[in-house]
Amino acid sequence: MTPSTSSLAAVTLKKDLRLEWRSKDAINAMLFFALLVVVIFSFSFDPTAEESREIAGGLIWVAFLFAAVVALNQTWARELRNDVLDAYRVSPAPPNSLFLAKVLGNFIFVSVLELVMAPLFIVFYNLRALGPSYQLLLVGALGTWALVVNGTFFAAMSLRTRSREVMLPLLLFPISIPAILAMVQATRNILTGEASAQFWIVLLGAYDVVFTIACLLLFETILQAE
Amino acid sequence: MKRLFPIFAILTAALLSYALYAALVGAPTEQTMGEVQRIFYYHVPSAWTAFLLFAINFLASIQYLVGMNPKATRVANWIAGAIAVATVLAAYLLPLPEGVRPSAVATSGIAVVGLYFLIQRFFPEQKVDVLAVTTAEVGVVFCTIVLITGPLWARPVWGIWWTWDVRLTSTLVLWLIYVSYIMLRRFSSSSQTPVLAAALAVFGALDVPLVYFSIWIFRTQHPQPVVGGGGSIDPRMLHTLLINWLAFMCFAILVCWSRYRLEVLTRDAEETAALEAMLEPRSLP
Amino acid sequence: MNFLYAAYAVTWIIHIVYLGTLLRRYTRLRDEMKRLNKTED
Repeated sequence: MTPSTSSLAAVTLKKDLRLEWRSKDAINAMLFFALLVVVIFSFSFDPTAEESREIAGGLIWVAFLFAAVVALNQTWARELRNDVLDAYRVSPAPPNSLFLAKVLGNFIFVSVLELVMAPLFIVFYNLRALGPSYQLLLVGALGTWALVVNGTFFAAMSLRTRSREVMLPLLLFPISIPAILAMVQATRNILTGEASAQFWIVLLGAYDVVFTIACLLLFETILQAE
Repeated sequence: MKRLFPIFAILTAALLSYALYAALVGAPTEQTMGEVQRIFYYHVPSAWTAFLLFAINFLASIQYLVGMNPKATRVANWIAGAIAVATVLAAYLLPLPEGVRPSAVATSGIAVVGLYFLIQRFFPEQKVDVLAVTTAEVGVVFCTIVLITGPLWARPVWGIWWTWDVRLTSTLVLWLIYVSYIMLRRFSSSSQTPVLAAALAVFGALDVPLVYFSIWIFRTQHPQPVVGGGGSIDPRMLHTLLINWLAFMCFAILVCWSRYRLEVLTRDAEETAALEAMLEPRSLP
Repeated sequence: MNFLYAAYAVTWIIHIVYLGTLLRRYTRLRDEMKRLNKTED
């Protein structure tokens, strides 16, 4: 009897988290990278509190996007060593359990990064939300999922290309444009309190649903392609 | 087929010259915009051609993905048929936005599904991937022209080169997606490149409506579509526009034809080279 | 008026450049084929 998708995903996720906990490769690289982006942005713009509310949404998400790419690039590279990916391919385990575990793992890494970086942003840019700030959590969760689900998929795709580290952002960024626009606009609306962020949150939700389904439908084809 | 090519090329050249004459001399000058409005006769046909090529690329990519599995092909055919029926029903039963005719919606639904089945009939197995490469590349060429002629028109008329309007932004994102598609093809050299590229094309097609809706809520500055919409247009201008479109479509077919042939020959050459490498191990150092 | 001519010129320049790249790829492919045919003999 083959174990269910969810239990297999849980096993893979636990393995990835333990590996990350012991090495802390991805999270350290991401954190330092995001920190650098924050510092560079901060002194290249040096905005007032009013201005920073307008632009912070964009800066935050650009920093997280770049940092997420660092983590996403390592997701599958780890499985290439010792041909683990080939073992997955020949095993009867449903490919989507592997995919879901990877997405959840990346989601956790990027969320941790966001939780650590958010206070830094608040300090550097003197941020204080004028709108309903609890919505920021929702935007954060949906936005992170949007980046991570497609990012994991495209990272698997770019495994088979030359210079795959370069390939991932080239594939991921164009497709992510509506999601990034929605995250930035939602964050801006919440910070300035001028308009409702509802439309953008719904759009992000729709983006997440559409692309999660698409990834789950196509992942097996991509994994078997060699 | 081979003898048809030069004949078709001459016809296309004649049509293009006539279309150029019609655009520069034949069509009346627009009252408010003046001569600059004539850019429209190159801009709009290029845009229609580019979108049509991208649509063919999307259909070919789906065809390639489902074609790997006979059961999936059957399911996809049923879904395609159902989409055609549903579009026709929706066109006549649901309330449509003002200025959109039900017959136009129904016709385009049937046309897209018909195109899908035509591709299935005439481009079996690997050929459909060659079609996808061809249409993506030529589509990017036409889309580039749209993106350059657009600002050249906007600068004298709107006073700005660029604005983040629905049509402009969606076209730019579409262009970016297809450039990344071509990059993927360039960078990926394995035999499974077609699968990866087809998956990317499907993702891109899913992305376009989201891009469109996300920018739609901003006020749109682009002139409303003049054909099929509620706008009015001088019949001579419409005639010039359609002649130009026909000419550019013929030109696009011509370019696609050459690109398709080149891709087929390249793949043949690669196969021969691989075979030779297998047969002659002594040529290795 | 200059914008008009610029737009028309740009359109044809892009088309001709693309056709040029196609032609270059064709010639390169033909040379490659010749080389392959030669090694076969």
